[in-house]
Amino acid sequence: MNVRLYVWQRATAAVMAPLVLLHIAVIFYATRKGMTAADILSRTQGSIIWATYYGLFVAAASIHASIGVRNVLTEWSPLTDRRAGLFAVAFGLLLAVIGARAVFAVVLP
Amino acid sequence: MLADLSVSLWRGGKDGRYETYRVPRRESQTVLDVVTFVQRHIDPTLSYRFACRVGVCGSCAMTVNGKPRWTCRTHVAKVADSGHLEIGPLENLPVIKDLATDMEPFFEKWQKAQGVFAPSKTRHDEIEQIRPDSPARRLADAAIECINCGVCYAACDTVRWNQDYFGPAALTRAWTLLNDERDAGGTARLQAVAGAGGCHACHSHQSCQELCPQALNPTAAIAGLKRRTTAAYLKGEIKA
Repeated sequence: MNVRLYVWQRATAAVMAPLVLLHIAVIFYATRKGMTAADILSRTQGSIIWATYYGLFVAAASIHASIGVRNVLTEWSPLTDRRAGLFAVAFGLLLAVIGARAVFAVVLP
Repeated sequence: MLADLSVSLWRGGKDGRYETYRVPRRESQTVLDVVTFVQRHIDPTLSYRFACRVGVCGSCAMTVNGKPRWTCRTHVAKVADSGHLEIGPLENLPVIKDLATDMEPFFEKWQKAQGVFAPSKTRHDEIEQIRPDSPARRLADAAIECINCGVCYAACDTVRWNQDYFGPAALTRAWTLLNDERDAGGTARLQAVAGAGGCHACHSHQSCQELCPQALNPTAAIAGLKRRTTAAYLKGEIKA
């Protein structure tokens, strides 16, 4: 890992740390209140705040995880650095697409 | 009268095997004493490396009961609880023969990490006054006593997994020089350790500082390099 990837991985970790805590708090809140899917969707659909919150979460997680997967591949697989990098980019894009799809599903009206 | 020791020594090259010998147990016996006894009294073809026998030269490191150690300063009583010693060549380095490894990759990585002092003055300049209690000098002094024995390199999981990784000793040397106020190679050195084999590959497992015979802390030095390279990168002084 070079310094650029290191900075991106640490920066995205710093972004995710408070988001994870709030995400867990939201889960506790929703379950303790006994909220239904309809209750949740009524709060998230059309909400720019929730779209931004989970959109940022998905972007940070995609970058963070793909850099981590690249490191694992370069150390533990026979792939060259270049191939591991390409695989990691593809993995990051996949996470971003899947995550964005989930965000759209709850925030689009 | 102490019981004999059972000693298994690695014999041959990469595809060698352990062979077991019986060596008389003595008071204050070091692991190097045991290896030397086998070479002088049982099998003179045994190959191993040592020089000073007092923990200064860094030549005699071997794998002793699974851990890399400086054999001249490792007492048998400390490592052979069961009365058995298994002594092999250092890990993570090519085996030449028996207990001798080829240290070339280890020292090549010192060069790659710019582990060579870059003078900032000539012999015609006045000698620079360095305060021994300045923060930079204290950081430089913290790891100045590295004896290049290769124990940290052999103990490092990241070296095992990533052939390009410079390893704890080379990076600690780079950190020492970065903190040396007389050195002029700072930016080039930061650039060298910020790349793929550099400090950011370290996982901070800390085997290096656990096993360093000089009780140095390469993990802390590498953490310092991570901070210093990150700051330099964000300021645009070095490139990725």
